Amino acid sequence: MRNLVATLLLALAAFAPPALALDAAVVHQLALGDTSEDKIAAINALLESGDEQAEPLLKALLAGSVQTSGERVLIVNGDSARDAVTGEKVSPLPTDASDVVLNNRVRGVLDAAVSALRLVSPERATRLKAARELADDPRAAALPVVEKALARETDPEVKGLLEIVAASVRLHAGGKAERIAAIRTLAASGNSKTETLLLPLLAKKPDGAWAEPDAEIRDAAQASLAAVRGHLAWGDRLGLLFAGLSLGSILMIAALGLAITYGLMGVINMAHGELMMLGAYATYVVQNLFRAWAPGAFEWYLAAAVPVAFAVAGVVGIVLERSVIRWLYGRPLETLLATWGISLMLIQAVRSMFGAQNVQVDNPSWMSGGVQAMANLVLPWNRIYIIAFAALVVAGIWLLLTRTRLGLFVRGVTQNRAMAGCVGVPTARIDTLAFGLGCGVAGLAGCALSQIGNVGPALGQGYIVDSFMVVVLGGVGQLAGTVYAGIGLGLVNKLLESWSGAVIAKIVVLVVIIVFIQKRPQGLFALKGRAVEA
Amino acid sequence: MKRRTFVKGLTLGAATAATGLAAPALLAKSKTVKVGVLHSLSGTMAISETVLKDVALMTFEEINKKGGVMGHMIEPVVVDPASNWPLFAEKARQLLTVDKVACTFGCWTSVSRKSVLPVFEELNGLLFYPVQYEGEELSYNVFYTGAAPNQQAIPAVEYLMSEDGGGAKRFFLLGTDYVYPRTTNKILRYFLHAKGVTDADIEEVYTPFGHSDYQTIVANIKKFAAGGKTAVVSTINGDSNVPFYKELGNQGLKATDIPVVAFSVGEEELRGVDTKPLVGHLAAWNYFMSIKNPANEAWKKEWAAYAKKKNLPSAAKPLTNDPMEATYIGIHMWKQAVEKAKTFDVDKVIAAVGGQKFKAPDGFTIEMDERNHHLHKPVFIGQIRADGQFDVVWKTKGPIRAEPWSPYLPEDKGKQDVPEKMTKKS
Amino acid sequence: MSSLYTRRGWLALGALAIALFAAVPVCALLVPAGSPLHLSEYWVSLAGKILCYAVVALAMDLVWGYAGILSLGHGLFFALGGYAMGMYLMRQIGLDGVYHSPLPDFMVFLDWKAYPWYWRFSEHFWYAALLVVLVPGLLAYVFGWFAFRSRIKGVYFSIITQALTFAAMLLFFRNDTGFGGNNGFTDFKRILGVPLATPQMRVVLYALSAAALIGTLLLARWLVASKFGRVLAAIRDAEQRVMFCGYDTTHYKLFVWTLSAVVCGIAGALYVPQVGIINPSEMSPANSIEIAIWVAVGGRGTLAGAALGAVLVNGAKSAFTQLLPEYWLYFLGLLFILVTLFLPRGVMGLLPRENAA
Repeated sequence: MRNLVATLLLALAAFAPPALALDAAVVHQLALGDTSEDKIAAINALLESGDEQAEPLLKALLAGSVQTSGERVLIVNGDSARDAVTGEKVSPLPTDASDVVLNNRVRGVLDAAVSALRLVSPERATRLKAARELADDPRAAALPVVEKALARETDPEVKGLLEIVAASVRLHAGGKAERIAAIRTLAASGNSKTETLLLPLLAKKPDGAWAEPDAEIRDAAQASLAAVRGHLAWGDRLGLLFAGLSLGSILMIAALGLAITYGLMGVINMAHGELMMLGAYATYVVQNLFRAWAPGAFEWYLAAAVPVAFAVAGVVGIVLERSVIRWLYGRPLETLLATWGISLMLIQAVRSMFGAQNVQVDNPSWMSGGVQAMANLVLPWNRIYIIAFAALVVAGIWLLLTRTRLGLFVRGVTQNRAMAGCVGVPTARIDTLAFGLGCGVAGLAGCALSQIGNVGPALGQGYIVDSFMVVVLGGVGQLAGTVYAGIGLGLVNKLLESWSGAVIAKIVVLVVIIVFIQKRPQGLFALKGRAVEA
Repeated sequence: MKRRTFVKGLTLGAATAATGLAAPALLAKSKTVKVGVLHSLSGTMAISETVLKDVALMTFEEINKKGGVMGHMIEPVVVDPASNWPLFAEKARQLLTVDKVACTFGCWTSVSRKSVLPVFEELNGLLFYPVQYEGEELSYNVFYTGAAPNQQAIPAVEYLMSEDGGGAKRFFLLGTDYVYPRTTNKILRYFLHAKGVTDADIEEVYTPFGHSDYQTIVANIKKFAAGGKTAVVSTINGDSNVPFYKELGNQGLKATDIPVVAFSVGEEELRGVDTKPLVGHLAAWNYFMSIKNPANEAWKKEWAAYAKKKNLPSAAKPLTNDPMEATYIGIHMWKQAVEKAKTFDVDKVIAAVGGQKFKAPDGFTIEMDERNHHLHKPVFIGQIRADGQFDVVWKTKGPIRAEPWSPYLPEDKGKQDVPEKMTKKS
Repeated sequence: MSSLYTRRGWLALGALAIALFAAVPVCALLVPAGSPLHLSEYWVSLAGKILCYAVVALAMDLVWGYAGILSLGHGLFFALGGYAMGMYLMRQIGLDGVYHSPLPDFMVFLDWKAYPWYWRFSEHFWYAALLVVLVPGLLAYVFGWFAFRSRIKGVYFSIITQALTFAAMLLFFRNDTGFGGNNGFTDFKRILGVPLATPQMRVVLYALSAAALIGTLLLARWLVASKFGRVLAAIRDAEQRVMFCGYDTTHYKLFVWTLSAVVCGIAGALYVPQVGIINPSEMSPANSIEIAIWVAVGGRGTLAGAALGAVLVNGAKSAFTQLLPEYWLYFLGLLFILVTLFLPRGVMGLLPRENAA
């Protein structure tokens, strides 16, 4: 009973009305301390003080908004600042204000401290995030706060995480029964940090003896470790699947445009990669325009970039078709060479316009970061969106090809050009439009690629051989071929990569395709019917 | 007939244009000295090397404004080996035999340097090489103004092992598959053994140039980190760093958890990356743009003005980095050596370069070692800031001497710290 | 023999032989260094390099111009021949490398203690020469056998030759493969015990390249002027009809394909000591596509045209990357486009038609 009252009083004290001002000495040590130890001690002191002003200061420090000017410590907000100790406004910002630099060690402690403070936030999402961060980095200093929060927590998911955090810290403290209880609690964790914590219990000292003398504890640890590893293995498998799907979706969208132009016109467009590159650069230009003219709407620049990329690449494609490619019909090998020449010129043109260096395409904030699917599996947002985008593009093209007049004509010309011409399909115009469409899709692929990797003049060169492989494997004339080939190659590539490394995986995939083509030259999904080869 | 005339006319026109362009070079007979610039202006390395060509031209202009070298105006001869290593050797030979340059500033990748090395040694030329590299080389005809492993890699790993750096116990060595990462990691492995880290706690992974899919590798880093506090030592080159860092950021690998220190990532390489999720990751260099001192401010201003004047693509956001500083230092040291030797003769200039001092933008007076053709350089460990610049979290008290032959490698035992001069052409 | 060329053809060939074999060595070795007629080592090596490229162009013309097979992976055979010779040259460095070790430098920094099994015997010149011929030849034979038997042709064939050379390039870029990785082989010192860096040696290598060119030209000429050549041309123009006439087109295509690969390998072996370095970027898909443009520019289906195209394009490349480096790619790209659009028979097509192919 007395304990309960004491705990309640402590809890009430922790949420007492605002104190006057922070301890100036502690704040000074935090911002201007000489060594990391000083700064860490200051952080711990602030945490334990329970002062309401401590939380905004620590959060500001983490966000990089704390600066010092001489001996004063300031929390900066844009152009103005306020003194961290007294709270008075300081405006304008002193010219000699300089950032407080934190190294990784101090920042780690600060992270844990801020997470601990967030554990008592009224919002569940904040508490969940904070609990996850602490589970990633359980520190003894946070234990009192964690226990305090555990006492008030009602949400089961957050509570479960907090119990794991507490157990992680209690692993080495207390008596045997408490330690075994802590170890058993940890079995439910799917966090790789738990593995790191349990391993030392099963390690051997250099002289061969067990580091942990008690056999019962070792057995419990072994059992928990097996359970944790089981959870982790699931995360690995799902991660592999996701990676394969992500790579496959990229291959698919990169090869789609090529499949359209090749299936229709028998033109292998060696400039396909460069059209992707143009789409990526179009995205870059749109990003810059948004930054200059509509900074408030920057988050949505992609919505404008997608149609622009399509249009730019499509228009360039149409120009190419009208000027160069149409004269080379029936001569696929010459088209190959001519389009290669075009690709060289496009690369140099972009290099002259934008420079040889890479350009910076920033992800909008909703595409940064990832969703924590499991404790050890983070699915990046940009890859999720690209998978969705690729699926949308495929669906759109499918609809276009099957439900519109243009699509009908395109399919007709693909199957039998002469006959289609006889029944009145304007084959020349269809060629131009279809080529433009294929190039436009390449532009969309480039827009997607700009969110994942580099944007530079040589962007296309890295994807051209892969696109060919997908087209050759999948067969032409049908969308399904490209889809299955793309996704399939992505999954196979990632699977092999987990065994043998990236390069061998790629080589094996190439060799397998070369061999496959011997057996089935028309690819996986070929149009049925007799085709007389030119 | 029309076609034939067209082609003939085209050829004639091209030939005239070419001669016309070459004419000014032929006509200039005033006191000039030709200096070669051997950097890739196209291909995969253009990204890093173009800016070195520009900073070299800027330095030549700066020197010419002050009266040139020993009264001779510097006439730059810029060639583009296009990231093609055999072409590097051919262009080097051309610079030395056809243009007869007094000195060359160039190369970035160790491949390019190794392919021009036999040419410079055979023809007794002079090359200043400005990029951090793996050591294990000491040529009489080359001056190395970039860092050797003991001026970059070793101090960085020592910092990672220290408490402030995170107290790492396990090391994931990730690099691009070529001589620089391979040799550096070999040296680091021996160094870690000497510090008591076993092979079980070291993992070495290589990806090819231009590799862009790091999902599996980042997942493997996480798995490896389960075994103990891990740090990643990245010798990934150029291009591939962007997708690597993006994947790191997106998969939530925090620097407080698993710090990544990179040796080939500077301000220029971070230009294409969203640096907000990367705050706290590290790089080790002998210079950072964010270093505050008057020499650096002046040099950055000079570069920004030059970029604006020449309308360079990077003029909107001019950045300076370590290899640019090394190029700048190298050119000035050559000038000083020529003026000390009072001649452009290669052997005499080589003898005069040793011992040269120069007040560099990194804030120290940099000295060229008397004997081993390397600079004494300070080491800075920088931490990525949200705006793409670096905060210095650790630095040496002053410049340290280079050890091109690593003391950790058994095969380097007994190697002299002086170049073996080629006494005969073999 | 006399039906290979017309009188004018033989005269032109003779003039070329004199220029190559007499004029160049004289200017390089006998004319004193200060004279404007003197050819420095740089020019001799450059000329030798371009002659090797011309041999490759001839090989390419055989398969493309005469058999209708557009290979976009011929650079692979060239590079393999180069690597075989390179292995021998690396052995010849002996203990003169940076580490003074019997192993090449790249094996030292990989921490290998001995040569892998596939390096055995490479210290013998005759073995290296054998590899130069066998490795590209065998690879071409196997690949061609599978491809031609499945009747893969046209664009599909070109694409898979690209895939082949790309896969090989990735393989050779790996340091673990044991061929020097990204660095490749470099820093050669000697061949057959004789130092490489002397003017005399350079002229000898140059002369060998010139001999290879003339020899390949004559061999190819003899081949295409014979009955074999006529069947080949028929296969190029209408393969199915030739099959129906009873010929086994696979054998013809396979023969000329393998021969072409072997010739490329020999050219590669001559190229490497002159350039002083071989590395996997020789296997890049872009390089192989450039070979096709040399032949297209010069005129395919005319052997001399292919060699001429190689000389013209590479000469332009050396000039452009020196004078106008930013415009080189425009020029090359434009060349591709204009030649395919307007000069389907290449530069040779501008001359009055002499030798019907």
